[in-house]
Amino acid sequence: MSGEDAIAKQKQMTIIVTKGTLDWAYPPFILATTAAAMDVNVSMFFTFYGLQLLKKDLGHLRVSALGNPAMEMPLAGLHLTMPNVAAALPGMDALSTTLMRNLIKRKGVASIEDLREAALDSEVEMIGCRMTMDLFEWTAGDLVEGIAIGGAATYMEKALKSDINLFI
Amino acid sequence: MAELDARGLNCPMPILKAKKALKELAAGDTLKVVATDPGSVSDFSAFCRTTGNELVEQSEENGVYTYVIRKST
Repeated sequence: MSGEDAIAKQKQMTIIVTKGTLDWAYPPFILATTAAAMDVNVSMFFTFYGLQLLKKDLGHLRVSALGNPAMEMPLAGLHLTMPNVAAALPGMDALSTTLMRNLIKRKGVASIEDLREAALDSEVEMIGCRMTMDLFEWTAGDLVEGIAIGGAATYMEKALKSDINLFI
Repeated sequence: MAELDARGLNCPMPILKAKKALKELAAGDTLKVVATDPGSVSDFSAFCRTTGNELVEQSEENGVYTYVIRKST
């Protein structure tokens, strides 16, 4: 098989990434890296809050229990949820984030930094949304290296040729 | 035989590291992976079926899963 045939035969997946919290960063990066490991050609398009995941430093990623009744934390054999009235207090997002980061580490779950690096290493294409950059006043210098910048038409061209298109 | 210790790692790391290790090998070479992630049982089967690499053997002992994968072309 020639190289061109191999590329034509390769399955393709696109993912639109719209969320920028620590918990919602996982599904797109887990699926992108796993698909790449299974020889799928992957493009990720980061728009609105998803663009946060392309920032050079990801230390700012947070989770919030506010308005999220499904969020429970395992503690001493129990599963604790936080009522909205408590989750709305100052410092609670920081606490939830600390608990989540510790849990991730303890369970052998990769960090978002590691998954993003693995995605870039395995040639997952990452496209930052130009409109979002203009809207929130970000420059290319705020974002990690090795990514492209594009718009909705750039995404659509890829999506039309792709086997799997996900919106996360 | 090349070996990969993926114990203590959770999804998707055992698969990602196995893919990386396979890249270093020649066609026909084998890779032995040890993991503790119970999800890796169905995941390594799916990975091998999809990529065409051969899952030569797999076993489990005391919560440690061992896989031997032969690299395809």
